[in-house]
Amino acid sequence: MTTASREKKGRSWFKEEFRDPERRTAYYMVLPSLVIILAIAFYPILYGIVLSLTDSTVSSFGSFVGVENYVEMFQDPDFREGLSNTLIFTVVSVALEFLLGLGIALAINRAFRGRGLVRAAILVPWAFPTVISAVMWRLMFQNQVGIIQYVANAVGLISEPILSDRTLLLIAAILVDVWKTTPFMALLLLAGLQTIPGDVYEAARVDGANVMQRFFQITLPLLKGAILVAVLFRTLDSYRVYDLFWAMGQRELTSLSTFVYEGVRISQLQFGPGNAAAIFIFVTSFLIALFFIQVLGMRTSTEE
Amino acid sequence: MGRQTLNMVLFYVFLIIFVLASIFPLLWVFKMSIVTKSELFATPPTILPQTPTSAEYAQIFGDSAFQRALINSTIIASVTTVICLFFGSIAAYAIARLRFRFKGTVMTLILAISFFPAVAIIAPLFVQFSQTGLINTYWSVIITDTVFALPLTIWLLVAFFRELPRDLEDAAKVDGATTIQAFRKVIVPLAAPGVFTTAILTFIYAWNEFLFANTFLFDQSTQPVTVVIPNFATVYTVDYGAQAAAAVVVTVPLVIMVLIFQRRIVSGLTAGAVKG
Repeated sequence: MTTASREKKGRSWFKEEFRDPERRTAYYMVLPSLVIILAIAFYPILYGIVLSLTDSTVSSFGSFVGVENYVEMFQDPDFREGLSNTLIFTVVSVALEFLLGLGIALAINRAFRGRGLVRAAILVPWAFPTVISAVMWRLMFQNQVGIIQYVANAVGLISEPILSDRTLLLIAAILVDVWKTTPFMALLLLAGLQTIPGDVYEAARVDGANVMQRFFQITLPLLKGAILVAVLFRTLDSYRVYDLFWAMGQRELTSLSTFVYEGVRISQLQFGPGNAAAIFIFVTSFLIALFFIQVLGMRTSTEE
Repeated sequence: MGRQTLNMVLFYVFLIIFVLASIFPLLWVFKMSIVTKSELFATPPTILPQTPTSAEYAQIFGDSAFQRALINSTIIASVTTVICLFFGSIAAYAIARLRFRFKGTVMTLILAISFFPAVAIIAPLFVQFSQTGLINTYWSVIITDTVFALPLTIWLLVAFFRELPRDLEDAAKVDGATTIQAFRKVIVPLAAPGVFTTAILTFIYAWNEFLFANTFLFDQSTQPVTVVIPNFATVYTVDYGAQAAAAVVVTVPLVIMVLIFQRRIVSGLTAGAVKG
């Protein structure tokens, strides 16, 4: 095809799209949302990539320094601690939430009295602002007035104050996250379970399949879609953990996101490595999503 | 029969544990907020409040910073909700009902935002907002909240709009209504319950948002509760009762909303996930 004819063809679909009043209206209707999203999310990420390759500060645009900021970032002990905390937090909390959530979803996937109450109880932790749940739990972990600290001391589990030990703080943060998001995970998995028709189980039972066989050969395969969606969303959410660490640890607990925040808001010297870490989070989040979609075969239906 | 009864009992024991575990922190922190200072520090801790008092509530409601924060949260969450519903509903209508060429691309772009780590763009936005004078204004947070709430808004509204019968709009168009009129006069009123559910979820999202507010807002004239309350730990250093009361005040409206609209919220939250 020659350039001229391709151009002509290009112009003709353009004309076709915009002559049709319905299609023209459709474009006008989606345009504002698209412009907002492109201007406030996609443009800044490009600008962020540029910033990460320069020695800019918050107030002045600097000169090109190559990957220096990234090198500095990887050498920064705070970044390494943030990375390891984030990875531990993500893997442990998502795994616990998935196992507990699946158990709860399987248990309540039936008709029973008090469904409404259970549904409300599921939504209570979900509806809390993360920082406020962190404040609440902090009060319960607190050394002088905290019930959890009191019980843990009384049964001899630990003797040191929870909030002044970094390892215990990380465990506490995982606990709070599990409390806050397991019910939500259960809700998503329950919705998936309810799409599995009952007669599939009936047929399997007639064929003599036992509980375990039914679970591994029917429930899990048919639930795979819902599981992947729920786990991917939770993984990406945990991976960018910020609110919880910030409020629980009173800046004692570092994650990748708190490292970025330090660079932007607290320490001018860290602006470069902070920007590099921001792009690092962006790229690795993208790779995690890609892994779920490509390797694990998650379906991303955007059409009907 | 015996075995079945035992199963039933175990099931309800499990349910009770689950429900209690979910609401225990709220109940306990509420208890902490209504006891006297001496009871708060008592060892062993009391299970039920001995001498309930509203002193802590009087203190935080008398705190002008807390009042300001509640007003700021309300402004930010309400304006974000209105803007999201306005832009979101027109975009969702086009996606749900009209034919156009790049629908798949548009949906992918919108969905990509839900995978987008917000923290990745706080630095560039901080620089841009500083240059344009938006820093430390409500708008800095409203704009960014809108971007990250829009995908949820559009996704939910597309699901609701698709469920509405098509004949009604066609009838309106036969009667000479334009696409926009059909949308405004027919779809919007019919979709009211779905729009309402979407509004609740968007409002909760914006009310709970922390990262942008904590980054772009510098002083208490514009900071929402999510930013102000964690700082209470430094303001009211050992006044745990006041911190507890503040946490309760902020969550109670959310808990009431959840209790009233639980069925709608669940259907909204699972609408996207089941299809995916």
